[in-house]
Amino acid sequence: MSEPGSPRRQPRPLIVPFRRLAQANVAVVTGLSVVSALVLGAVLIVVTTPSVLHVLGHIGSHPGRALGLTGASVGDAYWAMFSGAIVSPSALGHVLSTGHGWVTLFTPLSETLVAATPLVLAGLGVAIGFSTGVFNIGAQGQLIAGALAALYVGFEVKLPIGIHAPLVVLAGAAGGAAAGFVPGILKARTGAHEVITTIMFNYVMLNLLDYLLSVSPFQQPGQSNAISRTMPATARLPHLFGSGLRVNAGLLVALALVAGATWFTRRSTLGFSFRVIGLNPNAGKTAGIDARRVTVLVLTLSGALAGLAGTASLAGTDFFLSSGYGGNIGFDAITVALLGRNRPTGVLFAGLLFAALDVGGRNMQAVTGIPLDLASVSQALIVMFVATPVLVREIFRLRGSAAASLQLSTGGWGG
Amino acid sequence: MRLELAGVTKRFGSLVANDHVDLTVEPGQVHCLLGENGAGKSTLMNVLFGMLRPDEGDVLLDGEVFRPADPGEAVRRGIGMVHQHFMLVPVFSVAENVVLGFEPTHRLGVLDRRRARAEIRKLSTEFGLEVDPDATVESLPVGVQQRVEILKALHRDAQVLILDEPTAVLTPQEIDALFAIVRSLAASGRSVLFITHKLKEVLAVADQITVMRLGKVVGTTTPRESDENALASMMVGRAVELVVHKEPARPGPAVLRVRNLTVADERGALAVHGVDLEVHAGEIVALAGVQGNGQTEIVEALTGLRSVVSGSIELDGVDVTGSSPHEMLRAGIGHVPEDRQRDGLVLPMSIEDNLVLDIYERQPFARFGSRDLGAVHANALEKLQAFDIRATSVEVPVKTLSGGNQQKVVVARELSRGVKLLVASQPTRGLDVGSIEYVHRRVVEERDKGVAVLIVSSELDEVLALGDRVAVMFRGKIVGIADPSVDRETIGLMMAGSGPRADEPIGVAAGAGAPRAGQPER
Repeated sequence: MSEPGSPRRQPRPLIVPFRRLAQANVAVVTGLSVVSALVLGAVLIVVTTPSVLHVLGHIGSHPGRALGLTGASVGDAYWAMFSGAIVSPSALGHVLSTGHGWVTLFTPLSETLVAATPLVLAGLGVAIGFSTGVFNIGAQGQLIAGALAALYVGFEVKLPIGIHAPLVVLAGAAGGAAAGFVPGILKARTGAHEVITTIMFNYVMLNLLDYLLSVSPFQQPGQSNAISRTMPATARLPHLFGSGLRVNAGLLVALALVAGATWFTRRSTLGFSFRVIGLNPNAGKTAGIDARRVTVLVLTLSGALAGLAGTASLAGTDFFLSSGYGGNIGFDAITVALLGRNRPTGVLFAGLLFAALDVGGRNMQAVTGIPLDLASVSQALIVMFVATPVLVREIFRLRGSAAASLQLSTGGWGG
Repeated sequence: MRLELAGVTKRFGSLVANDHVDLTVEPGQVHCLLGENGAGKSTLMNVLFGMLRPDEGDVLLDGEVFRPADPGEAVRRGIGMVHQHFMLVPVFSVAENVVLGFEPTHRLGVLDRRRARAEIRKLSTEFGLEVDPDATVESLPVGVQQRVEILKALHRDAQVLILDEPTAVLTPQEIDALFAIVRSLAASGRSVLFITHKLKEVLAVADQITVMRLGKVVGTTTPRESDENALASMMVGRAVELVVHKEPARPGPAVLRVRNLTVADERGALAVHGVDLEVHAGEIVALAGVQGNGQTEIVEALTGLRSVVSGSIELDGVDVTGSSPHEMLRAGIGHVPEDRQRDGLVLPMSIEDNLVLDIYERQPFARFGSRDLGAVHANALEKLQAFDIRATSVEVPVKTLSGGNQQKVVVARELSRGVKLLVASQPTRGLDVGSIEYVHRRVVEERDKGVAVLIVSSELDEVLALGDRVAVMFRGKIVGIADPSVDRETIGLMMAGSGPRADEPIGVAAGAGAPRAGQPER
């Protein structure tokens, strides 16, 4: 029997202009989620800033001053965030009046792009897994594996500039692929759930890294600290706009792979089989698609992308490894993939947004003293709003159509 | 108790699932609600049982307005429902299942088993519902499990019984037994609402018939004033052909040769036990049997989805035993799976992608690992035309299609590959009469082109209409091969296992092939 599901409540559209927007596309809901998160962030700024709370306590006697200070406090914070992440108006003024200071002008944008590069790469990897119904929670470990392989090829192989760096990148991809292959083959052969094996592999890689950082050949000679050797100049990714800006060829790799992933999912036969298995593994098997092979390939590919994320940071900006390398990138990649709805371009924009919030957040902390945690909270809130389209729909009185289709696609946790 | 629906309307968005439905079930009457899938029967039933609230109209019990807030209230007011999928706890005994939720207890809340048993015996004898109160539900045949469901409703003192498609999983003999029970329920003064889409059943059991189409009541009649053709055209809205027209088969050489095939199910129990079967070019072999007697496993073995324990499968003289699904498809097997939504289609994907689901990597749909979306699109447009698939566009997700059109997508895809053997499981399950006609015609056309066809169906009508030979399965074995001209009674008896060799138990677990409660139907 196929009667339709439960009745859906139709909220009355109070804000008329949103009605047409709402039917346009899912980007609207994502955008509105960002707005909602920033509004909640503003509330957080207010309630965590003692001076603002103090004047708000006397709002009855000095309403103008109280509201003015509140607005200024929130405005300053977000202004600092913006100018730290995109462009600083004062630097712009300086350039316009003197004709100098271009590097300072573009530093915020460069930093955002640098931060976005590994997020996008690892995010693509996680997204390819998610859209195939494979939950790779091991980007962290695969990133480290990739970075280790890249580092090894970096300091161990002597090659001229122009050949060395590409080889390092390939080595990084191979290292990550190897780390993804293991959970893949375990799942295909024994049915071990990839969520468990990839998470465990993170610990293996973190500790392997710690070990390698304290022994030859990885440890920096003459150092007793757990610091690796440095990448030689030939193995580094070239800067794109001179040595003053850190943005490097890693960004090009990321952009190329966004384009490649778009082609892969839309046009390649392998990508098609991935999608089929992701959406309905039973129909896939019945149609002759080898689901086990797909599982192994997906995890290998996903690992390769995470490995590239580690390589981009290592060969682009850091040049050496230390304990806990990669920080939260492996986990942020999961959020980026979710926010980007597992689509390559979505991942690109989500990665840029997250990077901007992070880089801008640091500037906000430096300028206004509001802790960086606010940026992290905002990131989390954005994803929560996107994950609950019903809530966004209620807040903004959107029509059902756009928001209803916007469920984050992580079905099939059962494996 | 007299059950009356007065102008019941239920809308889902713009769709009107029930449009001012009027219906009265008198005490002591068996009232059949007849309609195709999607006619609004389920919605109506959910309204009656308190799972949905009507937007307009009322449900009246003995003239009094009744608005159940939840199924619990419906049960307390004397409405009993026997669902299509049983709601039983497989590992509990019959008695425990019947009293569940309304247990007779000693003081301190200890279950009074003796009283439970006594209550069940009393109800059993009163209505001819033979069942052992101490048997574990999972060990019982489906027909008996259904009796447990009915007992459950009676134990809760149901005065109105709603039976939802109760015959779907029964053998012809079990169906007759059910009809006897239904009549005795009515004779006791209870009202029975019998929901079905099968015309023969309606004529056999009903006192009153209400026919629904697209949410509306389109007519009320009685078995005496009507016949199958009249009911069918009322249900579908146009005159329909109930028989399949086909010439006698002209079988060629054997295309499929199955020798001594043994296949195990998920739990390792033998589901198919030493089956021999041949299907020749240009003939349709119908594999009949009550669901869960190994038909699913045979099909899965033939299509490479399930590994073979022993025996061999030959296709055109080539041994293909143990091949992967991919190799089986390449070898020329077309497969219309039993559950099209689960195994045949990727519902969120477009119609055009679903039409190439198992040929997506072949020319002209792909070259060097890159898909040719133009060719995929052109193929879809052509198939839409050739197979009369009703869709607004080939780019819409296949889930937006009706069941009949979804099935046509599967059939179109499988027939477009130039197959030697077509294996179709339950090819018309859940389809409307029009789509059934169409699918049957295409299958016969394939046969006439020289394709060997194996149809698996639990619908006896379909088996007899389509098959050139009928093989009957019971507990993992083929108990006999019959000519379709043989009478229904004989095939029914074979389906129930009273053919030759039927008494031999098979498998490592007792009754391995028999369907059990709490287990998915496939």
